[in-house]
Amino acid sequence: MTSSLRKTGRTFLRTSIALTAMSLITAPTLAQTTEDEVDEVVTYDVAKTRTIAVPRLAAPQSVNTAAGSTDALSLQIAQVIASDLEASGVFQAIGPAGIKTPTEAEVTAPQFEYWRARNANQLIQGFVKVDESGKLLIGCYLYDVGFGSAQANAGYRVDAADWRRAAHKCADSIYGKLTGEMPFFDSRIAYIAETGPKGRRVKRLAVMDSDGANHRFLTNGQFTALTPRWSPDYSKILYLSYADGNPRIYIFDEKTSVQTLVTESRNPTFAPRWSPDGQSILYSMAIGGNTDIYIISARGGTPMRLTTEPGIDVGGSFSPDGKQIVFESDRSGSQQIYVMNRDGTGQRRVSRGSGRYATPEWSPRGDLIAFTRIAGDFRVGTMRPDGTGERLLTDSWQDEAPTFAPNGRVIQFFRTEKGSGETSIWQVDLTGANERKLPTPVDGSDPAWGPIRP
Amino acid sequence: MTHFLPKGRALASALALSALLLTGACGKKKVDELPPAPGYGEGSGVGTYDPYAQGGSAYDPNAGYNTGGTGGVDTGPGSQADFLRSVPSDRILFDTDRYNVDNADMVILQAQAQWAMRYPNTILVIEGHADERGTRDYNLALGERRANAARQYLISLGVPSNRIQTVSYGKERPQALGSDEGSWAQNRRAVTVTVK
Repeated sequence: MTSSLRKTGRTFLRTSIALTAMSLITAPTLAQTTEDEVDEVVTYDVAKTRTIAVPRLAAPQSVNTAAGSTDALSLQIAQVIASDLEASGVFQAIGPAGIKTPTEAEVTAPQFEYWRARNANQLIQGFVKVDESGKLLIGCYLYDVGFGSAQANAGYRVDAADWRRAAHKCADSIYGKLTGEMPFFDSRIAYIAETGPKGRRVKRLAVMDSDGANHRFLTNGQFTALTPRWSPDYSKILYLSYADGNPRIYIFDEKTSVQTLVTESRNPTFAPRWSPDGQSILYSMAIGGNTDIYIISARGGTPMRLTTEPGIDVGGSFSPDGKQIVFESDRSGSQQIYVMNRDGTGQRRVSRGSGRYATPEWSPRGDLIAFTRIAGDFRVGTMRPDGTGERLLTDSWQDEAPTFAPNGRVIQFFRTEKGSGETSIWQVDLTGANERKLPTPVDGSDPAWGPIRP
Repeated sequence: MTHFLPKGRALASALALSALLLTGACGKKKVDELPPAPGYGEGSGVGTYDPYAQGGSAYDPNAGYNTGGTGGVDTGPGSQADFLRSVPSDRILFDTDRYNVDNADMVILQAQAQWAMRYPNTILVIEGHADERGTRDYNLALGERRANAARQYLISLGVPSNRIQTVSYGKERPQALGSDEGSWAQNRRAVTVTVK
């Protein structure tokens, strides 16, 4: 990796923002980094990966918590951090198995020679303790092994049950520090869990963390559930259910499991999407075989119709500033991608390649639109919002329905197997590299990646 | 690194705060569990059309039909069984991404219309389907479009519009299970089901 150091105050700011919402603790005897050092960031060369050592955390005293002993957690937290960083495709993680466990004293004074001998570029050490109120204190320290210097550190004070979140926040802060990108590990996925044979598929609404942990089924499969979307604050999920025998979109409250219809209509409603501020909902409704896109307040009220062309106008995804909507339409004779203003004006086609284009999703960074391209097989790709720079990221029989990570650098989608119809959720980075399957307890489709958690 | 916060601000309180904010942000809450299932047809006394109704297997497209209060399966005049005996087919098929009703389809729908006119107390529910080689949302729209094409033709033949409902299943309920053109051709369909 050709790493150059450059000054950027912005990166420091980003890291602060990412960490302040989580409560931070003052760790004892920190190797103080200067403001200057914090401001330096290693620019990341996507062609290569860095080796990062993630030993077990120090657990000075083994204390029992609601999530197990701190001794057990010291290993599990390191495993989550290593797994996150490895899954990002940017890092080759070593440990926690097969490498030494630092003592508490070593956490702030690493034995760099040991880590140099293992060819680690970076080292993450930390500790896990319990405070007087029973909360976990987790320290997270990043070192540059080559320079033998401290790069960053952060501390988290969390309920024992939230230990994975602290691990994700640690991994996020390190990922951000080393790549200059925004964080994404501490986020959640809503998706459709699928079981049963192809002709009698049972489809349930389900949620999980970005790494597949904390999995939960939200519906029992009695009614087919499809196309979930998280509200920006993670309190609710928009999805389609055949609960009354017809396709209708509902808002499902995760805490209470109560669901409400988005709009009262005798017509089928589907393809629900939140606006970035969570105040509005886009949906598609078919009347007399003609499907158009509507917008309605998340509190209900009178919907406004945004498209009027004959044909199928469906789906939609807001630009991050909420001012534009990308959607698909077959008004030209086949599915293509269009962009319009939030009020429905200024509709223009942006997809130009051969084949059909479907399921557009605007990146949270605003720079790209992900889509499904149908030309024989189904492949996931990206293009700029003006339709230029098209790039296909996957190559399989049927890859469909991309959803962006909160930082816009990774895409999840689902893959259907030819013949069996089995489905699985995959992710790939924007270069098309580092494709990997997500662990789900049963088959999965229609992934929807939520924002970074506060 | 200098951005440490005071100890007191625990994650738990941060989460609790955000939960509070959310409550304010989301208005439409206090509606009961699920909305009542709408009866099909304008206020008619038609049995609820519930393809997922208990008794049959949850995913049998024909389970739950004809549950209009009779105990056993009704095979008499005006029943679904009678409908299937009386028409050349309960379904019409479509080409990829198409939804036009062709000559062969017309023959089938004409027979269905004649049957429907004979039994004016029945409701027709047309299920629209798509093959697996389409994206999910689009296929829901396409299924609806196909069901509606069949519905419009039946209306043109004189079946009152308030007796014909549609429901789209998109690609969710394939009839043929292969991933080949023959299977897909069977799955691009509009199936008429009758409710007494």
